[in-house]
Amino acid sequence: MSRYRRRRLVNRAMEVVASLAALVAVAVLAIVVISVARRGAGAVSWDFFTKPQALFGQPGGGIANALVGTALLVLLATAMALPVGVLTAIYLTEFAPRRLAVPIQVVIDVLAGLPTIVIGIFVYALLVIGHTQSGYAGAFALAVIMLPLIARATQEVLLLVPSTLREASLALGVRRWRTVLGVILPSSVGGILTGTVLAVARASGETAPLLFTSSIFGNSVQTDVTKPLANIPVLIFNYSEQPDPALHKQAWAAALVLMAFVLVASLAAKGLLARSRRKLAR
Amino acid sequence: MSAAPTTSPFQARRRWLGGRLGDLTLHGITLAAALASLLLVGAIVWKILELSGDSFHRFGFGFITARAWDPVKLVFGALPFVYGTAVSSLVALLIATPLAIAIGLYLSELAPRGVRGVVGSLVELLAAIPSVVLGLWGILVLGPFLAHHVEPFLHSTLGFIPLFGDPQQTGQGLFTAAVILTIMIVPIVASISRELFLGVPTELEEGALALGATRWEMVRGVILPATRSGIAAALILGLGRAVGEAIAVTQVIGGGTRIGWSLFPPADTLASKIASSYQGAPSGLEASSLLYLAAILLVLGLIANLVAQVIVRRFDPLRGAR
Amino acid sequence: MTESFTIAPVIDVAQVRKDAEPDRREVVFDIQGLTVNYGRLTAISGVDLQIYRNVITAIIGPSGCGKSTFIRCLNRMNDLVPGTRIDGQILYQGADLYASGVDPVDVRRRIGMVFQKANPFPKSIYDNVGWGPRVLGMRSDLDERVEKALRSAALWDEVKDRLKKNALSLSGGQQQRLCIARAIAVEPEVLLLDEPASALDPIATSAIEDLMHELKRDYTLVIVTHNMQQAARVADLTAFFSLEADENRRSGVLVEYDATSKIFTNPSDQRTEDYVTGRFG
Repeated sequence: MSRYRRRRLVNRAMEVVASLAALVAVAVLAIVVISVARRGAGAVSWDFFTKPQALFGQPGGGIANALVGTALLVLLATAMALPVGVLTAIYLTEFAPRRLAVPIQVVIDVLAGLPTIVIGIFVYALLVIGHTQSGYAGAFALAVIMLPLIARATQEVLLLVPSTLREASLALGVRRWRTVLGVILPSSVGGILTGTVLAVARASGETAPLLFTSSIFGNSVQTDVTKPLANIPVLIFNYSEQPDPALHKQAWAAALVLMAFVLVASLAAKGLLARSRRKLAR
Repeated sequence: MSAAPTTSPFQARRRWLGGRLGDLTLHGITLAAALASLLLVGAIVWKILELSGDSFHRFGFGFITARAWDPVKLVFGALPFVYGTAVSSLVALLIATPLAIAIGLYLSELAPRGVRGVVGSLVELLAAIPSVVLGLWGILVLGPFLAHHVEPFLHSTLGFIPLFGDPQQTGQGLFTAAVILTIMIVPIVASISRELFLGVPTELEEGALALGATRWEMVRGVILPATRSGIAAALILGLGRAVGEAIAVTQVIGGGTRIGWSLFPPADTLASKIASSYQGAPSGLEASSLLYLAAILLVLGLIANLVAQVIVRRFDPLRGAR
Repeated sequence: MTESFTIAPVIDVAQVRKDAEPDRREVVFDIQGLTVNYGRLTAISGVDLQIYRNVITAIIGPSGCGKSTFIRCLNRMNDLVPGTRIDGQILYQGADLYASGVDPVDVRRRIGMVFQKANPFPKSIYDNVGWGPRVLGMRSDLDERVEKALRSAALWDEVKDRLKKNALSLSGGQQQRLCIARAIAVEPEVLLLDEPASALDPIATSAIEDLMHELKRDYTLVIVTHNMQQAARVADLTAFFSLEADENRRSGVLVEYDATSKIFTNPSDQRTEDYVTGRFG
């Protein structure tokens, strides 16, 4: 075969390989989503959402306590992580001198990449040893995971604010802090919001940070944050490790709910981010 | 002759309150927030090292190469888990690398306009699936599938390679874990690769095509060399993710302290061992040894993260570096 | 000669007579009714033109009149822009360039291109020139090929001692000559140059122009330039494009195509005269 024809063949072969790879990725996504949907849809019902876990050995029951618990944990974690994350980003973009900016940036990236089980163990060592598990501890662990995500997203959107806007405000004689709080921050709210939504989606699905901090919970719906709170990821984890098919069914259903929430939130956030980027870029 | 100075048209420096104080306060608060991250990482390192101290005093660095994990005899060693982490992550990386780069190329060079965005979003969604859900799927769907269809096939055709020993019944083992980890690594590396490939200047691509090169030759000769440091960093990031994954791995890896050639039997990784011990409420030396495992994991995670960051900052060939 | 012309090209009378007989030359490109649309915009319409062998043909005209679009049709680089529609016919040595069986990859090997902004690969000088031949299968005597190409581009003496250094360490003019060497190394028949000297200083520009005179012995050159003096210095034949606006759209059209001397001293079309005398553009 002539050299030229061989080159064309190789090119074609590579195109096929690349297309196949993309197909494989999409296929895996489809398989997982469909698996979860098929096996979980059966158990999803009104009862499922409103009843807490059944007592041991009893049929039925639902995930009400886990839903409430997850909501509380994530809410609390957001309350902890959001201010710190936004303020950190403001420091990095508005105030930080070069010497400090780089190490802080490095540290935030490190925080983002730490294994979540290590974070869980750390919070366990910090807040659980000597006391008991609690919603506070679990929320704090989730907050540690959310912090770098919110900080990064905020930074990204703050950097998009054109420096001409800053200069205009300062040139009017307006103080630095007023400029930041009154001009820069408001125009970045969209990006901060979407970053937070993404962080929330991520935190809702995290299991490892909660394993040691908020995993021994009872069957009833309770909202006492000083005690461990039930939550969906740990519930799925527990059920998945049991050999009971009824529990498996519930696990699938809970997984369906969790996955639906995470996927919808991620999509929504990405759409919003793209839109706010376009608005600022004009 | 100069006149006496008239009253300055500018406001006197009386606006201390609400002015400089406001600036200083904001500066202070944001600085405190930023330092909190530093403090956090420091606290994590400190706490983990502190609580693993007992085990470290008992076993020293030999812990890393010791094979036994016996809560009764109070003898602990990390080698089986280091082995499990290494094998599962490296196998996953091996499979994921060509797959992810191919997907990145597809998304940046090959896909038609409309398909590009949709498939790109789908790949990113794959990354958003919570690991406990992936693990559930792994236990109940993937594991049995691999056990009944893939492992026997591999054993019968490639069984002479000690990697593919006797197939297991349950599908819980290193192999399943590696597959799950692959599914986790691919979207990360693919997304980063796509951004890198899109970032190669069009004029470089056109220069190659104008010489009469095929698209693939352009990719191989211009795009891949130009993005090699970014891809290396992405792979290391993916490796870090695989090493640190505890939940999905725990669910599918079966647990055990076996070290052997075959990929199929159950095992444990550093992360999965820690995760699977949470029920037992361990204390004393066992707890300290678990924290020692966490310390090893922490060091590995830090190294991967920092190496990736260094690579990105130092070795970008598009900036004229060697 | 018209009294109102404002440029003074150096005219070799014998050369003028020879160049004014284009039908003595072999036709390399035969372009008929070429119309290019990007989506709903018409870039050029109804262009009829012949390009001749071993001749330097310049394409001049105001910005936006489709010069780059035109030249990129000749090596099918417009195929890379989505939404491009090409009507009309381009015959390259008698064969339809856009026939369904024709592979653009092969077209581009035989019809080379040098771009406005020098775009050397982030590789060494040697590898920049050698990559093309290596990939295309001309592996034998790679060293000789590289040297020959660099000599033809008048760059050899300046780089022969540092062939392994990164190409990005060269000056702008040297990088552009490197790109010319790179294009020559794959042994094309035609060289298309899209404003090759627009980003260069006068000394580097002059070097490139001298180079073009040398190259025309072995290659057919088509050069796009917005610099009229350059066209006058370098080109044998010149094609003047301009923008034509009718009710709802503007497109580029070929206004006049003739020997360079004639275009600049005695153009037939009023629009040409307006442009070359600086009344617009």
